[in-house]
Amino acid sequence: MVDVLITNGPWLIAFAAIFGFIMAWGIGANDVANAMGTSVGSNAITIKQAIIIAMIFEFAGAYLAGGEVTSTIRKGIIDSAYFVDTPELLVYGMIASLLAAGIWLVVASALGWPVSTTHSIVGAIVGFAAVGVSTDAVEWGKVGGIVGSWIITPAISGFLAFMLFQSVQKLIFNTENPLANAKRYVPMYMALAGFVMSLVTIKKGLKHLGIDFNNVETYTLAIAIAALVGIVGKIAISRLNLNESADRDTHFGNVEKVFAILMVCTACAMAFAHGSNDVANAIGPLAAVVSVVQSGGEIAKKAELVWWILPLGAVGIVLGLAIFGKRVMQTIGKNITHLTPSRGFAAELAAASTVVIASGTGLPISTTQTLVGAVLGVGMARGIAAINLSVVRNIVVSWVVTLPAGAALSIMFFFMIKGIFG
Amino acid sequence: MPVNSILGVFAKSPIKPLQEHIDTVHACASLLVPFFQATSKGDWGEALKLRKKISMTEREADVLKRDIRLNLPGGLFMPVERTDLLELLTQQDKIANKAKDISGRVIGRNMTIPTEIEELFFAYIARCLDAVGMAKEAINELDDLLETGFRGREVALVEKMILKLDNIEEDTDDIQIQLRRQVFALESELNAVDVMFLYKIIEWVGDLADLAERVGSRLELMLARV
Repeated sequence: MVDVLITNGPWLIAFAAIFGFIMAWGIGANDVANAMGTSVGSNAITIKQAIIIAMIFEFAGAYLAGGEVTSTIRKGIIDSAYFVDTPELLVYGMIASLLAAGIWLVVASALGWPVSTTHSIVGAIVGFAAVGVSTDAVEWGKVGGIVGSWIITPAISGFLAFMLFQSVQKLIFNTENPLANAKRYVPMYMALAGFVMSLVTIKKGLKHLGIDFNNVETYTLAIAIAALVGIVGKIAISRLNLNESADRDTHFGNVEKVFAILMVCTACAMAFAHGSNDVANAIGPLAAVVSVVQSGGEIAKKAELVWWILPLGAVGIVLGLAIFGKRVMQTIGKNITHLTPSRGFAAELAAASTVVIASGTGLPISTTQTLVGAVLGVGMARGIAAINLSVVRNIVVSWVVTLPAGAALSIMFFFMIKGIFG
Repeated sequence: MPVNSILGVFAKSPIKPLQEHIDTVHACASLLVPFFQATSKGDWGEALKLRKKISMTEREADVLKRDIRLNLPGGLFMPVERTDLLELLTQQDKIANKAKDISGRVIGRNMTIPTEIEELFFAYIARCLDAVGMAKEAINELDDLLETGFRGREVALVEKMILKLDNIEEDTDDIQIQLRRQVFALESELNAVDVMFLYKIIEWVGDLADLAERVGSRLELMLARV
């Protein structure tokens, strides 16, 4: 059966690449609202700025730090031992998964369901492996871990957001002179965002570019970048045009203005984290297909990423958010929320940090989930006037539905592709 | 294409509308001063106009009240108890209702305040409106309270305001006693039925301050459960 791969190899790679690109495009279109929504919603940045930030940092995150999660999607969920004799099944399955997840994303976006791109691809891969091959081909422990992450990642992110917000209260809002303290401490929060971002980039991302640092170098570099971000932030804040009247109302208004600068920073961190985490959903299966086909049916334990795969995913995400994201953003801009920059910052930084922490464990986690967890965390710290729990419930339900939906679609496509080529 | 975004999670804040509501209520009650000035001049046309304005403003407050109630569905997660919030709203609204009742009764009976007690009566009504104004100021701190997460310094500040409100209310009680004494001294010269209603009006004006104080204590309860 391996000759199928050799005769149709280029075709298979082309299909996988096209579907992978569609999937990446869907990720960009679907998730940009979640990743950038809080920044736009709190009026810290304009829609145009959000799109530009998202483009640059999603691309950077995908390209510089996106290599790590890819291998989880590719190797972690299914047991490759089952495919040694029938590598073509793995190829068909991955192509089917990409198509299924891509279609599910488009359908869900059209219906207005907030789905997780991560879970749609995970569901699809589990589906074809369990039904098309054998139930033992799925690493059920890993799948259990993913389901567990539904609880754990929002919890971590909520906790971080709670703590961050509490610290903002203690250091800035609940003091004699909130404005002076905001000017003093906000650059430190900026530095923290810079630290988190640079750490993940150096630790996870630069490996596949052939740059390797040891631990001491990594941390020194991350701290240096953090300090730089903090200094730039301080300069930006000092140039702010604040209304310095002693009137207490404008006082908190001014503090929020300072936070708006910080928000720009966390928006970058969020876009970066999102790019690094979610690009893998599109390129993981693609990478698997390419490596199997190119090695003539041999399933390598650790396949090198082919050079053009990461850029393909990154470009797909950016195009998706540029073409589609603009409309999404405009709708957000019209949704007047009562979200202030200080809240948005706590939620975003917590979510971005959680994504970064969790990518280290290699679990495919959902950016949407961390963000929802973070928002609830800020709410628990009594920072948000009103949180709509029924919306939260709908989001959670759509997460749960996504796995079987992705699975059902991918089973269907798997047998179709098998029929065509087999 | 409906947008599914994280922003759907943020519901409409009840705090801004609550502040708008108390502002409207305060505006409504404040109209009583020009209203009584018009009646004491005997300018009933002007008084009628003001009476209409009072009842329009009261209706505005009712609309705001309804909006807030409808915008607080069951599944909201708020930093304060929803029961407290709704209770506070009800108390606020009663102030406007009371102002409307006062003006309605005065118009209905063509009542005039006897000149002998006029001076004290105007001082009395001004002090009662001070209480309403103080309640308004305290409620207008709510957004800052939210900003600080209902904690610390800002809470202390609001507590101070509520204490001030209590003191103003006590003042109005003292003035009320004096006013009753003056009316008592005049009783023999006045129409018996008019006196009955005069007492009623004095009592109702005093209720404005009482209700304002109750708004304050509701706010205090809201903060106490934190």
